[in-house]
Amino acid sequence: MILARADQATRRYGDVLALDRVSLDVRAGELVGLLGPNGAGKSTLLNLLVGLRRPTAGRVELFGGDPRDPAHRRQIGVTPQETGLPGTLRVGEVVDFVAAHYPDPVPRGELLDRFGLTDQARRQTGGLSGGQRRRLAVALAFIGRPRLVVLDEPTTGLDVEARRTLWEAIRGFHADGGTVLLSSHYLEEVEALAHRVVVIGQGRVLADDTTEAIRGVVGVRRVSLVADDLPALPGVVRVERVEDRTHLLTTDADRLVRELVASGAPFHDLEVRPTSLEEAFLAITAPGGQDAVPAGADAPPTATDHAGQPAAS
Amino acid sequence: MRLALVHARYQLLETIRIPVAVFGSAFFPAVSMLFFVVPFAGDDPTGATYATAAMVTFAVMSANIFQYGVGVAEDRAQPWNPYTRTLPAGPAPRFAGRVLAGLALTLLSLLPVVVIAALLTDARISPGAFGLAVAAVGLISVPFTLLGLAIGYALPSKAAIVVAQVVFFPLAFGGGLLSAPGDAPAFVETIAPYLPTRGAVELMWAAVGPWRPAPLSVAMLGVWIVVLAALAGWAYRRDEGRRFH
Repeated sequence: MILARADQATRRYGDVLALDRVSLDVRAGELVGLLGPNGAGKSTLLNLLVGLRRPTAGRVELFGGDPRDPAHRRQIGVTPQETGLPGTLRVGEVVDFVAAHYPDPVPRGELLDRFGLTDQARRQTGGLSGGQRRRLAVALAFIGRPRLVVLDEPTTGLDVEARRTLWEAIRGFHADGGTVLLSSHYLEEVEALAHRVVVIGQGRVLADDTTEAIRGVVGVRRVSLVADDLPALPGVVRVERVEDRTHLLTTDADRLVRELVASGAPFHDLEVRPTSLEEAFLAITAPGGQDAVPAGADAPPTATDHAGQPAAS
Repeated sequence: MRLALVHARYQLLETIRIPVAVFGSAFFPAVSMLFFVVPFAGDDPTGATYATAAMVTFAVMSANIFQYGVGVAEDRAQPWNPYTRTLPAGPAPRFAGRVLAGLALTLLSLLPVVVIAALLTDARISPGAFGLAVAAVGLISVPFTLLGLAIGYALPSKAAIVVAQVVFFPLAFGGGLLSAPGDAPAFVETIAPYLPTRGAVELMWAAVGPWRPAPLSVAMLGVWIVVLAALAGWAYRRDEGRRFH
């Protein structure tokens, strides 16, 4: 059974194309991670699916109907942005308020206990620590005993321990048969939780595969060096020449360097760097397109102004 | 209905946790009474009663336009608002809850007006008429609530503040709220029946005294309610929360 679906969903904000013909099905029992850098369109996609915004073109469905119809939202749970909790209300009051919307909510005490917030029940949310606020925000998604929870960056800004607590709660929910759709820009988080990963970049779905397959792709490293002539090397997914430097995108940098040294080919100025997620995906998915390599914050500076021709790989 | 009460309760809780907000909405009508009604009409029982009723109408209008116009626009800018839109409830409970909370705060803000009228003027009202007046307050809150909601849902908060200020004075003056019945400048008497404030204040006058409301004013009030309800509904439906992209 498909709980949430986007079919060629497009969303524009004025001139900005935030989502470009995205199709996605979330089936019952899945734990799907949306992975992508900030601004990739993850939140826009989630907002369409929970009925906050309408697609400019295409369709979105929730439990087989329009997400903007409240009846179709009865079985989902959503997390507010942690900064959005009403500061003057007490933790218990916020929980009761949300619980009032559902026919069979989780009892307040049980919910607060599960998220380690029992001692904070009487405190105003404005006085909570960032981690406590985040836990409360995630807890709210589970009040109505949902079949599908939609978590937008659930653990951003949390310390390691708090993150693990939340992960446990999400895993427990999934183990009991719940369906989860979460977004993150941390590969680590998606790896730890999701079974299926959908990579979003520049408003498009770049990849939709198992966690293992995606890990293989985003594990791509950039080996760059200056050399006149290179032998055939293992695991190279793409080669770029930028001025006199050669950039090799490879899934196994260790082996590549070992073979490079063993081949005896002369080279100098060797560098090995991680690629950004987006860069790794665009490198692989863009058809021959070095132009598609984005000016991402953590992309090497040469990637933005190169003018060389791609060499055969 | 149960959800509407829940929404109303939390709306009030949020307001009451910042008591100065409550104080603010009660302060303005009270000061208007002291400055405009007590010195000019205070010792004429009929005049003071009608003037108090007009001031109550004025207070109801300003409280509702600002409370909803500015309050809703500000709420829409908070991330909590889009979250509540993901809960499985349509607009009705939220709308109704907001209106109930607004009515409670409006009545609270009228208390000082009534106390000042009773203690410092010769305004007189029978218990029956007082009951009628309370009911009339509920009724005349409707168009101004809808106007405020339309402003609040249609505009970002900074624009909503300006528009609320711009519409509220012409409505008050043009509707004849600042003059004794039948004693407004000629052009005001001409346009007043077409403004919602006139129908509202005539209903208040009819509640507290022997005033007979003009059919045109009351009919226009009905028209305004329909038009403003449509406008508020439209603004609510097109709203998708804040937009800065």
